[in-house]
Amino acid sequence: MPSPRYHREIPARYRLEASRCLNCGRVAYPPRRVCPACRGRNWETLRLTPKGRVLTSTVIHVPPEEFLNEAPYAMAVVETPEGGRLLTQVVDCDPGTVRPGMEVDLEFRLVRKEGRSGILCYGHKGVPPEH
Amino acid sequence: MAGIVGYGAFIPRNRIRTEEIARQWGKDPESIRRGLLLEEKSVPGIDEDTITISVAAGRAALKRAGIDPRRVGALYIGSESHPYAVKPSGTVVAEALGMGPEIHVADFEFACKAGTEAMSVALAMVEAGRVEYAMGIGADTSQGAPNDALEFSASAGGAAYLFGKADVLAEVLFTYSYTSDTPDFWRREGQFYPRHGGRFTGEPAYFRHVREATLGIFRLSGLRASDFRYAVFHMPNGKFPLTVGKELGFTREQLETGWIVNKMGNTYSGSSPTGLAAILDVAAPGDLILITSFGSGAGSDSFVLKATQLLPERRGLAPTVRSMLDRPRRYLTYGEYAKFREKIIVND
Repeated sequence: MPSPRYHREIPARYRLEASRCLNCGRVAYPPRRVCPACRGRNWETLRLTPKGRVLTSTVIHVPPEEFLNEAPYAMAVVETPEGGRLLTQVVDCDPGTVRPGMEVDLEFRLVRKEGRSGILCYGHKGVPPEH
Repeated sequence: MAGIVGYGAFIPRNRIRTEEIARQWGKDPESIRRGLLLEEKSVPGIDEDTITISVAAGRAALKRAGIDPRRVGALYIGSESHPYAVKPSGTVVAEALGMGPEIHVADFEFACKAGTEAMSVALAMVEAGRVEYAMGIGADTSQGAPNDALEFSASAGGAAYLFGKADVLAEVLFTYSYTSDTPDFWRREGQFYPRHGGRFTGEPAYFRHVREATLGIFRLSGLRASDFRYAVFHMPNGKFPLTVGKELGFTREQLETGWIVNKMGNTYSGSSPTGLAAILDVAAPGDLILITSFGSGAGSDSFVLKATQLLPERRGLAPTVRSMLDRPRRYLTYGEYAKFREKIIVND
């Protein structure tokens, strides 16, 4: 991911900033310009609660090259209480235990490195809940 | 009076037992456990570093303080494992915590006392009236060379302290620092692992600086060991802090709450700050608390704190240190540990 694109996505990646349609209430993560539900263009910014529930998941055994050291790992679509949905790894647990319905906390983690000398890209990943 | 208005800690979920490291190198685990008083240590995941630990600890501190992060005017992070050689950890952490952009940010380095340095400067910024709130963080994913004594202790974790003047959880009554040029432990530019002077790290380094800083703050404050309910010293292993504590007149009861090294290992810049967080997790209003850090090279920072009435109602807002030490952990084999710590050379 080129550095300028990463920089533009910092509010969403670091602070889970999403947008809520002022017309129909649809929550979009990452934020959008046009509401996919009602085509509205007026939004408010909201910050997603850093926890959620797994809607669907899979285990990656044959990963892209830069994630070779992490395989096997679980990928999941996690929905936060506000209705924001993000595709994320679920870590710090046996990937086979990540199933739909599982509650997760969203923790700030290193998502990927741009090779050996590029920037470090951070974001949120699911982890087993604290309580 | 200025003091701590919020605090938080973070310890990764991965662990490796002393036996597992000893087995790898043909050492007697029982003699390590007896000599260093270490049972296991935390290990960072492949996606955890000083920045992610700082964010987790900082979020907990902000929760306990209950303030808008944009009111924080300074953020300092002390570590000897900043992920970038050039580019601050603090900019990532400030953005993730929702601070800034009107904020003064700096990364500090002073071996294992970089965390209390960050705390000391953050406190001074608040006391001077330059900022309303300032945060100081000590965090590390400590390096220890394979088959070195450090490998049994070098671990990962950290703690964040938010300082302010209103709604204080623990007042900072006194601070004192003691520093000298003592080459006991170092890492040259470009080197992957630190080196140390073996037994020279003991009396001329750790014990001298911790002792002198603590005696200095005793003189400054007019207090003595028996006046404190709790004390925590930097924990390079299990034995050193108990030895220096006893020598300074502290009892085992005063030391054991903050003495978490046997389960956590030495989190370098995060060591004594995380021990302090474990104390704040249980301290009662009016309790006096002593913290003395140690950083090789060498120096020590001492603080005298007094818990306030607000502390008990705020600490429940974020996880305690003991809950992170006792929660379900993942125990690693040495091979997994070597992979997580990127000690294995792989092709590009």
